Formats: sequence, structure tokens, C-alpha cells
Amino acid sequence: MITPLRGVRTTLSIATAGFLALSLVACGGGTTKDSASNDAGSNSGTTATADPNAPIKDGLKLAFLPKQINNPYETIVDHAGIEAAKEFKGEAKEVGPSDASASSQVSYVNTLVQQGHDAILIAANDANAVCGPLKSARDKGVKVVAYDSDTNPDCRDIFINQASSEAIGRSQVQLLSEQIGGEGEIAILSATANATNQNTWIEFMQDELKKPEYAKIKLVKIAYGDDDDQKSFQQTQGLLQAYPNLKGIISPTTVGISAAARYISSSEYKGKVVLTGLGTPNQMRKYVKDGTVASFALWNPNDLGYLASYAAAALASGQITGAEGEVLKAGKLGERTIGANGEIILGDPFTFDKSNIDQFDF
Amino acid sequence: MAPDLIARRAPALGKILRWDVLVGVMLVAVFGAGLGTNENFGNSDNIAFALSDLAEIALIALPMTLLVVCGEVDLSVASVLGLSSALTGYLWNAGWTFETIVPFVLVVGAICGLVNGLLVTKLGLPSLAVTIGTMTLYRGLAYVVLGTEAVSEFPQVYSEWATETVPGTAIPYSVALFIVLAIITGLLLHATGLGRSLFAIGNSEDAAFFAGIRVKRIKLILFVVTGFVAAFAGIVFTLRYGSARADNGAGLEMSVIAAVLLGGVDFDGGKGTLGGVIAGVLLIGVLRNLLMLDDVSTEVQAIVTGLLLVISVLAPRLAVLYREGRSRRRAVAEASASG
Repeated sequence: MITPLRGVRTTLSIATAGFLALSLVACGGGTTKDSASNDAGSNSGTTATADPNAPIKDGLKLAFLPKQINNPYETIVDHAGIEAAKEFKGEAKEVGPSDASASSQVSYVNTLVQQGHDAILIAANDANAVCGPLKSARDKGVKVVAYDSDTNPDCRDIFINQASSEAIGRSQVQLLSEQIGGEGEIAILSATANATNQNTWIEFMQDELKKPEYAKIKLVKIAYGDDDDQKSFQQTQGLLQAYPNLKGIISPTTVGISAAARYISSSEYKGKVVLTGLGTPNQMRKYVKDGTVASFALWNPNDLGYLASYAAAALASGQITGAEGEVLKAGKLGERTIGANGEIILGDPFTFDKSNIDQFDF
Repeated sequence: MAPDLIARRAPALGKILRWDVLVGVMLVAVFGAGLGTNENFGNSDNIAFALSDLAEIALIALPMTLLVVCGEVDLSVASVLGLSSALTGYLWNAGWTFETIVPFVLVVGAICGLVNGLLVTKLGLPSLAVTIGTMTLYRGLAYVVLGTEAVSEFPQVYSEWATETVPGTAIPYSVALFIVLAIITGLLLHATGLGRSLFAIGNSEDAAFFAGIRVKRIKLILFVVTGFVAAFAGIVFTLRYGSARADNGAGLEMSVIAAVLLGGVDFDGGKGTLGGVIAGVLLIGVLRNLLMLDDVSTEVQAIVTGLLLVISVLAPRLAVLYREGRSRRRAVAEASASG
């Protein structure tokens, strides 16, 4: 048994030597995050000038690269985009990885470039992992539209944002206020305490609540369910017990709202406490039909895909370049103006209720 | 009948019909089909993409081949890759120099390998069970280090090493490095006493031990080397995608093991060639690239790769059954002829 022990000792001494060598290197100079000069990359797509009157080219080849294929939500978005391409005589397809990992989209970007597509539409799993191949795609003249989930702004021409944070935040308050008759105690059930998007929405909700028409509404508590089904369920239970006069809950997270709806639907509070927030129709259908929830919001995924498709076509035809202030003509959706950083906002959140929920399956 | 004639001809026939040679033939066939059917397949950009997509799998497949030849396996490699990526990102954020991060991360990878090796050789636990455990453990550590955050913006100089090709060729630097390492590993496995020891261990650990081979020491070193290489692959991965994440390389261990098995290495140890493994890695990569270019859906890609693997495990077994059946029939025929 001496031999293996010696082996261990050898290995350990090698490891120690490694650490020593390393601390020596650490003393010397080297490339750190601060010293590395990173070429942010010029926005090569915006050097051209836009011709708003240019016709959309025939036979444009577009490709949708979702976060993951077989995800019902992404499928709706992409298929709406593929349908839209037919309106301007283009052809579009959807390809993508079966897992939503950061790196699996990269080989698809490379493949799409090889196949000679005019534009790639991507819902990025990681804002930076896809950047290298997207930049080289743009160098070859391929237009890049990010939708649903943005890449680093250097790596795409346009980002189609579902809805502005401000519109989401304010509309949630409006939705709830209507349902509780404009007065009473309300609470918010959020995801995690440091979720950037949630906190931005909540700030806009609080700002909206300062308006005189909401003077009789009092926000009593912001609870956090950590986007965990069970925890959100318990938090809902806790809120309702701690605040017996609670009139309504806003849960701007798909996990939170469905857990809260599940609790309320089976409790004495059903029909007494109003619940709204951001959710998906398939999760919420049951609770809308049994009367637990009257309405909730999200965006219309069909419109998202449609708009993205038109943006890609307009870029590839030279109607727009992605610069701020240019106007995108998007078929039946009308016109959208490009904002700062090449961002186009789809519009206000879409409200789902009994009358329309059966038209959606995601 | 002249049984000695058959006996003399059989090894020659067996050599031609060896699985690893067949994989090489399949590789050439798929490559040829690609050139013939898809105009985009053969251009140097695409070849460079396809090759660099394989870089990490190919690198890890080298030490993995040695491990499997001596009857062990390391399922924790992808998690070590993820941990290495997470550490690279964390330390980069913390202001360390990149030149310091690299050796540190490599040492951590070697330590991960050492832990696997000690658990297998000291406690005599099966490596499959040990590395299923450490696979989860190291991935967990990766999340402790970096959480779900993604760190990017690594120095341009280093990113280029991971993405650019050797000037004038379609060979990415990472693949050029792989070729050098593959030659070293191939020589080690097929032309040295140590290589013969690995096969001996895989065939019968006890016999190898009594023949004076330091079985445990060799295995321990192999695990350390595997951890080291997996950590290196983690740095390559991070630079190539320009994104350090704890979930990087999730599931990559399966691709590595698939390539090793497809290359004809016996999972029970003792049999296999490095050439076969390299052909296996390339075959999986080229096939995937071609299927993607031809717009074959992800599901069908998975089915094709899966079938290929099942066949690669099944074919040698069927060959053995066929040979046994034939010699049994011959024995029966000879017995009845003489009787």
C-alpha cells in the first residue's frame, strides 16, 4: 500500500507547486477585466442608409431560432412569423435546439449563415454566447432580429420587445383597480427580491398608485414566492391570513399567479379576493373558467412573431437599418417607431379573459 | 476441409472487418455524401465551424479513451467543465488576471480528478457510481461559485485563440492543439509499455496486478489527467462562446462517452483504438453538421445518433455470436464427419 500513497503525495506536491507558480504569476502583470480593452464592435448594420420606400424583396429567406423547439409559447410566436412571411412572399422556417442551454444555439447560427439566409430571428438563451457567430453573420450581410429575449445590442440589428416595463407595470394596477372597484387593500406577490424585471414593474406599479384615482387603494405588502410553486402557494395563504381585508393580489409572474390561483380557488376567499397578474392561458384557463380569476395579462405571442417577421424583411430589403427614429411598416399591425438601442416595442400587454382565452394554446 | 486454412485466413478477415475501421469508412462515406449533396458542406467556413464545435468533446475523449480501456469511466467531466467555466467567470469578475486564472482553474480540475481517483482506487468503489455522485457535486459547486449569472467580455486576444483558425487553413487552433495531443495519446496507448499496461488492466485487473503493474497508481493518474483536461476544455468552451456559466457543457459527458463507444472501445475495458475514437468523434460531428445543414429536425438528429450508438454497441457483440455459432457448427460437422 506504499505505492498508491506515494502516488497521492506526488500528485499533491504537483498541486502545491501549481499553486506556488500561480501566486508568482499573480504578482506579475497580466490581463485583467479592467485592463483588457474590449472592442465593443461597431454597429456595422447601421452604416447603410434606410430607404423607407424600398419594396420588400421577393423570396426572402428568414429563419426563426427560438430558445428551444417544442416549447408551446415559442412555437406560437415562430409559426405566426412564418405565416407573416407568406404575406410578403418570403419563406421562413423554425429551427433550434431541443434544450435551452446557452451554447446550443451557436451551431444553429453558423448553420443558418451557411445556408444563405437573409435574416436570422433569435430568442437568445444567453445574451453573449451567441454574439460571436451573430457578428460574423452580420459581417456577411445577414440581418439579425432578436425577439422575446435580447442579445447584447452589439450583436443584432433590432430587438422586438414584447411590451415596455412601464406599460406592464401601470396596466397591472389599472386591471386590478377595475376589478376591485377602485378601493381597498392590495398586495403584490412577486418572484425573487432581486429579479430585475419584476422590480422595475413593481416600481411602475407604485408610481401608478400615486395617481389621485387610486387614492383609495392601499398597497399593504410585497411578498416574494421566489418563482417556486410551493413557496408562492404558501405566501398567498400567508397574505390572506395576515390581511383579512385584502381585496386584491397582483402577481406579475407566471409561477406566482398560477400558485395563488390554485390556493384561492380551493379556499373561502374564492370570489372575494381578486387576483390578476402575468400568466399564460394554459395555466390560467381553469381558474378563469371557474371564476377565480376574471382577467390577467401577457402579450399576444402571435403579434410578436408577426412583428419580428416584418422587421426582418424590412431590414433585409433596406427599408430600415435599425437606427433610432426610423419607422417600421408592419402589415396589419400598422407602424412602429424604432427606439433607442434598436428596440421596437410590440405594444401594450394583452389582456386574457373568458371571452378570448380559448383562442390561445400555450 | 482444411480447418487450418480457415484459421489462417480468419485474422486477416477480422482485421478488415474491425469495427474501428468500419467507423472510419462510415466517416469517409458521410463526408463524401456531404460534399456530393450539399453545396454548403465543403466550404472552409463550414468545416471550421464543424471542427470547432467538436473541440471540447474531442479533447476530453482522449483521456476518456485511456480510462475506458482500463475499465473505468468518468461521468463528471462535463461538470468539471462547468465548474471550470464558472470559476473562470467568477475570478475574471473578481479582477484576477487571465494568466493567473488559467493555471488556477487547471489545478482545480486536477483536484476534481484526484477526488474521483482516490474514491475509486482507495475505497475500491466502482467509477460509474463515484462519478455519478461527483458529477452532481461538481455541478452544484459550479452553481455555488457563479449562480445563474453569465460572465462575458473576456480579452479579445484569448477569445481569438478559441475561435480563429490557423492562418490559411480551416483548422481552428483548438483542433490543432487536439491533433498534437491526439498523436501523443495515440503513441502512449499503442506504442509504449504503459499503453500495454492499460489494456492489461482492462482485460484483467488481478492478472495485471500480479504481473507487477501498478494498477491503482496508473488509474489515479488517469483520473487526475482527465480532470485536468476537462478543466482545460472548460476554458476553451468559455472563450469560444464568450460566456462563462455554471450550466456550460451540460450533458457533454454523454457525447464524449458516445464517441468513445462508437469508436469501438469496449465499455468493459481491454479493447479499443484511439484512431477509432477519433473517427467516432468526427463521425458524430460531421453527421450532426450535415443533418443540420439539410434542415433535419432536432428529434431526427437525436434518433440518428442514438441508432448509430446502439449499432456500435450491438455490432461487435453480434460478430462474436456469429463467430461462436460458426465454430460450433464446424465442430458439430467435424464430429459427425469423423464419427
